[in-house]
Amino acid sequence: MLNKALTDLLTKMADDELILGHRNSEWTGLGPVMEEDIAFSSMAQDKIGHAWALYNTLEEKQLITQSADMFAFCRPENEFKCSHLVELPNAGYDFSLMRHFLFDHAEAVRYESLQDSSFEPLRNLSKKVKGELKYHTLHANAWVLQLSKGGEESYDRMQTALNEIIGLAAGIFEPSKDYEDILIAEKVYPGEKALYTRWLESIYPVLVKASLNLPDVAALTPGYGGRQGKHTSYLAPLLKEMGEVFNLDVDASW
Amino acid sequence: MSKITTEDVYKSLEQVMDPEIPVLNVVELGMITSVSMTDNGAEVHMIPTFAACPAVTYIQKNIREKLEADLHISVTVIVDKHIAWESNRISPEAKEKLSAFGIAPPRKVVNGVSEELFVAVPCPHCGSTDTYLRAPFGSTLCRAIHFCKSCGQIFEHFKPLD
Repeated sequence: MLNKALTDLLTKMADDELILGHRNSEWTGLGPVMEEDIAFSSMAQDKIGHAWALYNTLEEKQLITQSADMFAFCRPENEFKCSHLVELPNAGYDFSLMRHFLFDHAEAVRYESLQDSSFEPLRNLSKKVKGELKYHTLHANAWVLQLSKGGEESYDRMQTALNEIIGLAAGIFEPSKDYEDILIAEKVYPGEKALYTRWLESIYPVLVKASLNLPDVAALTPGYGGRQGKHTSYLAPLLKEMGEVFNLDVDASW
Repeated sequence: MSKITTEDVYKSLEQVMDPEIPVLNVVELGMITSVSMTDNGAEVHMIPTFAACPAVTYIQKNIREKLEADLHISVTVIVDKHIAWESNRISPEAKEKLSAFGIAPPRKVVNGVSEELFVAVPCPHCGSTDTYLRAPFGSTLCRAIHFCKSCGQIFEHFKPLD
């Protein structure tokens, strides 16, 4: 039972990082300024690196039967556990930046909590990742602040993006029906509910500094479903594109 | 033939350069966590600077090939998962070499990485501290981009990491 719960937790974390990493990489060559092009490309590399570490842990601890690569790229869509937030296309830079801000704060509180995990591989990985994530939140905070103070249009776009995404971002914290209790009881992690509260505490001071209004979170409909394998219509074409070369010949040696 | 010691291994490792910063070797970058001699050779434990560092397998291969060529022993290179790399592992000499190479070295991290470590980073070209952080990401995962207002040049900064 605990093994299944661990597989579920590591898979959803890895899938979020793989998919958002891919979305971030779509800014390569298209960023609004060169530095942002580089920033999103670098964050893409970090995210895919973290996903790779998680998929490898699944393989090494024999929580999955196939190899990490096969697991990452050859699962059917309904076996992916990523949240709806990461699936959506990049749209504009306002949307992408706000998604990056909300997601990376969520990642930061999650990895912070894993420093006390009873599962050693997550504890080790969290130490490695937390320093790197500081750069992601530093980058996100700096741009959310700058753009919110960049005139009326800029402010409106940031507020609109926040209003549109906050519910989807709350969907990151969809608790698992079957595994939440055991993961908390076994001290693997503190559970989605606790992380959700810590996340709100983490984003709130930045939003206040930016004079952005956090919508009433009690009235939100969180974008749930992804953790159960129910996805938006954007995931299937993305998976097809991501696996296009790999699937030409899955046994090829690289 | 005299017995090969860990000291010999370290001496050889000092000839293995980081592929992204060719003036620094893997020892002074703090990437080597331990070396031990085994019955049939040497075992080297190493850590990457950043989790997604694309050069890790390349560095592993370089270490193995260099040691095998220098010492004629079999070598196993293992990525150590128990120790996380931090920028305080870079030796003071390596920081000077970085600066001479044109990359501002990371300052010592005391109570975790904070914004202050990015303010007034001395320009490696002219030494001025009238500089600002242009972007926390650069040409490789371990570098940030700064601008020097005194000499008007962009420069790179090896990021502090904890």
